[in-house]
Amino acid sequence: MQVELLEIRNHLARFPPFDTLDEDVLDGIASQIEISYFRAGTQILEFEEDISELHYVRSGAVEIYRRNGELYNRLTEGDIFGHFGLLRTRKVRFPAKAIEDSLIYLIPDAVFTRLCESHDDFADFVEAEGLSRLQTAVERQTKSNELSKIKVRKLISRLPVTTFSNATIQEAAQIMTSQSVSSLLIMDPNAPSYEPFSGPQPGMTGILTDRDFRTRMVAEGLPAQTLVSEVMSPNPITVQADDTVFEAMLCMLRNNIHHLPVLHRHRPIGVINLSDIIKYESQSSLYLVNSIFNKQSIAGLAALLPDVRATYLRMVQDEASAQMIGGAISSIGRNFSQRLLELAEQELGPPPVPYCFMALGSMARDEQLVVTDQDNALILDDSFVPEQHDDYFLQLATLVSDGLAACGYTYCKGGIMATNPKWRQPLRVWKNYFSQWIKQPNPETLLNACIFFDLDSVHGEASLVDSLRNLLVDEASRNEPFLASLARNALNRTPPLGFFRTFVMEKDGEQNNVINLKRRGTAPLTDLIRVHALACGSKAQNSYDRLDAIAATKLMPPEALVRLRYALEFLSIVRIRHQAADLEMGREPDNNIEPEKVPPAERHNLKEAFQVLSNAQKFLRYRYPSLQSSRTL
Amino acid sequence: MTGPLAGGVLDWQQHFASLAANTSNGYLAAYYAAGMVSSDTPISQVPMAALDIETTGLDSRHDAIVSVGMVPFSLARIRCQDAFYQVINPLSELNAGSIAFHRITHSEVDEAPALDRLIPELLRAMAGRVIVVHYRHIEREFLNAAFRHYLNDGFQFPVIDTMEIEAGLHPRQRAGWRRWFTRENTESIRLGDSRTRYGLPHYQSHHALTDALATAELLQAQIATHFSADMAVGDLWK
Repeated sequence: MQVELLEIRNHLARFPPFDTLDEDVLDGIASQIEISYFRAGTQILEFEEDISELHYVRSGAVEIYRRNGELYNRLTEGDIFGHFGLLRTRKVRFPAKAIEDSLIYLIPDAVFTRLCESHDDFADFVEAEGLSRLQTAVERQTKSNELSKIKVRKLISRLPVTTFSNATIQEAAQIMTSQSVSSLLIMDPNAPSYEPFSGPQPGMTGILTDRDFRTRMVAEGLPAQTLVSEVMSPNPITVQADDTVFEAMLCMLRNNIHHLPVLHRHRPIGVINLSDIIKYESQSSLYLVNSIFNKQSIAGLAALLPDVRATYLRMVQDEASAQMIGGAISSIGRNFSQRLLELAEQELGPPPVPYCFMALGSMARDEQLVVTDQDNALILDDSFVPEQHDDYFLQLATLVSDGLAACGYTYCKGGIMATNPKWRQPLRVWKNYFSQWIKQPNPETLLNACIFFDLDSVHGEASLVDSLRNLLVDEASRNEPFLASLARNALNRTPPLGFFRTFVMEKDGEQNNVINLKRRGTAPLTDLIRVHALACGSKAQNSYDRLDAIAATKLMPPEALVRLRYALEFLSIVRIRHQAADLEMGREPDNNIEPEKVPPAERHNLKEAFQVLSNAQKFLRYRYPSLQSSRTL
Repeated sequence: MTGPLAGGVLDWQQHFASLAANTSNGYLAAYYAAGMVSSDTPISQVPMAALDIETTGLDSRHDAIVSVGMVPFSLARIRCQDAFYQVINPLSELNAGSIAFHRITHSEVDEAPALDRLIPELLRAMAGRVIVVHYRHIEREFLNAAFRHYLNDGFQFPVIDTMEIEAGLHPRQRAGWRRWFTRENTESIRLGDSRTRYGLPHYQSHHALTDALATAELLQAQIATHFSADMAVGDLWK
C-alpha cells in the first residue's frame, strides 16, 4: 500500500528540480524517502565516504565544503546536495555539515537514478557543474522567440530580380515596374560564368531601390539614360541564407537599410525587405529606427524616449535573448548618435577634415541595455589642425553629447565623451594613446583599456577606427606583460558564491543584502573575455563573437567557452529582466538585485553562472601566472 | 499493583514473554512472541515506530478511532517506505464537530474497514518495535479498549512519550503568583510548539500519518539535543 505523505510531497513540489515533476512521481519519491535530524555542528557527509542517497534540506541550513576546506555553498530549505558524488564515484566529493539544526530528507540512489533517466529536466538540473542546467534555462527562456530561430531563407518568396550595371536607369525602372519589386540587384556583366535567366548568380555589384530613384536620380536631375552603375549602392550589405531573421533585423537596424540581399555562399538567392521582417517582429524596433531618422530636432528625438523603453519592454516580454536585446538597444543608440550627427552637420556645415565618431564600451560591443551613459570619442583625420578645426569638432561633439543626454543617454561621469579635448584627437594621437597604454600600463590606463578597447565606428570614416583596431590587436596580442596586467585587472571584481535565504553569500561566508549584477557578474565576465580575445588577436567587439574567435584558436577548451556563453547570456538576461521590472514599476532601473526577489530556480542558475565566472577567473590566473608574484605585493 | 499501566520501571522484554504465554488470541500471541528489546539497549539500537491515532473524542469508553498513522524508524532514520495509514470505520455516527478537525469526510469513513480488519496488519507493523507517541494515554487507552472490544483481550506495549520528555525538560511553574511575579512563560508542550523549539518545520496537524512523522522527527531532535544515543531505552519508555 502506498500512502500519501502530503507534507513531504507538497514540500518537494515547491523546489527545483522536483517542481517540474508530476504529482504521482512526487508521491513515489515521498514514499521512498528516509528522514534524519542533524544538530547544528554535526557533520552530515564526510569527504570520500560512501554515498547512496541524494540529500534534500527540509529545514535548517547546511554548509558544503571543498576538500581543502574552502566554502563551496551554503544551503537551506529546498536545496539538494550529494548529487556530485552520486553521479560519479559514489564517494562524497564535497563534505557537508549542519550549521543549524536541520531536517534532511534522503532520497535513495535507485530513485535518484530513475529520475535522472526518465526526466530530462531533472537530469539537467543535477548534472555536474550545471552546464546543461544553465543551457536549459537559457534555451527555455528564449525558446518562444521566433526571430532567433527562423532562418532568413524562409522569408524569401522569389528569385532575385536582376539587371546589369551597364543598363540605363530607365531600363531598370521598367524591369522593377513589370516585376513589381522595390529593389533590383545589379550584376557585373563581366563576371565569369554568368548565364542569363538560369537562377542565382555570382557577381553582384550593387543594389538599386525605389528610394534611389528619388534621392539620387530625380533629386539630382539625372537623365533617364544614366547608367545604373552611377546610381546604385555598390557592394551592398548582405546576409547569408542560414542567418537568423534576428540577425537580418539587426543588420537592417544597424545600417538603416530596408532591403537586404540574401546570399547562399556568394550567390544572391533573394532579397528580403523591411516588411518581411516586421511580420515576425512584434516589438517594432525597426519602426522606431525609422522614426529616429525622420526627426528634425533634438526635441523630436528626445520625445522618442518612451518608445525606446516600450521597445525594450516588448522584447523582454517576447522572451528575446540578452544577445538580441543588447544588439537591438545598441543599434537604437547608434541610430540616435547618427541622426544627431546628421543634424549637427546640417547646422555646422560639412566637416573641415574627415572624422569618425566612435562608440566605446557596451555600445561598441552591441551589449547596451536600456539605461546607460554615453561613452564616445572622435577620431580626426591626421590633417587636423587644432587652431583651425577644433572649434568645429567641439561644437559637433557638444551638440551630439547634449542631444544624447536629452534622449536619455546621461553624460559619462568619467568624462569619456568627445566633448573632452583628450578624447577628440587625430588618429596619430590616438595611436600614441593606445601604444602607451599597452606598453606602460598603470591602473588608470588599464581602466581606459577596458572602455576604449571596445570601440566601433558610429558615423564618418570607419577606416579611422579600423586602423586603430589593427594597431590595438597587433600590439596587445603580442605583449604578454600588458595582457597579464589586463588579466589582473579583470580579476578585481569577483562573483559571490551564491544566495542564502535573503542574503548574497560571499566566498568568505560574509552575507550581504544586495548584489550588483553588473559589477559582480557581467562586467568581470566581459573583462576576462576581452583579455582572451586580445590574446587571440581577435578584432571582434561583441563578447559572443569574441568567444567564437577564442574557440577558433583552441586557447580554451570548447566546453569552457560554451559555459561562458551561457553564463553571460543568463547573467545578462536576469539583469535585463530586473531592469524591465523596474521600468514597469515606474522606478529608475539599476543593476542591484535583492535576493528575496530571486525565485528558487533562478537562484540555482545564478549560482551556476557565478561558478562559471569564478572558474574562468581561476583559469585566467593560471594562464597569466605572473599575477602570482604581483598578488603577493 | 504491578504491570505496565502502573508506570515505573518495568522489564518489557520479560513482560512480553509472559503476555505471549497468557493470551488466547493468535495475533496477539504472535505479536508478543516477536519479543522486545531489553531495557538496557542503547536508544540508537532500538527499532521504533511512531504512532498516531485520530479519534471521535477523548474518552476511550465512548469515542472511537477514525484513523491510524504509523511510521517505523530508528534514531538515525525514519523510513517513509513502510509508513502505514488507514482511515477506519468506527461503526457509529461520526460526531459532526470532529469531522473538520480530522479532515476526514463521511464518505471516506463509509468506505473504510472496521478496526478489527486492520488488527493483524497493525500488529505485524508494531512487532518488535517500541512505540513512540506524543501523549501516550490516547494511543494506549484507545487501542487497549478497541482490542478488548474486538478480541476480548487487552493490549499492552511499551511507549516512549515525546510530550512527557518535553514536559520533563520544561517543568511547569509551581505557583501562579510566582509565574506572574517573574513573568516566566510556561513552554507549551504541544506537538507543533515542541517541534518549533528544535527548528523542525511546521506541519499541518491532525492527520494521523503526518502527526506520526512529526513525532518521530521530534524524538530524533530531542535525543540529539538533550540526551545521548547511548542512553538506555529503559530510561525513556513506560
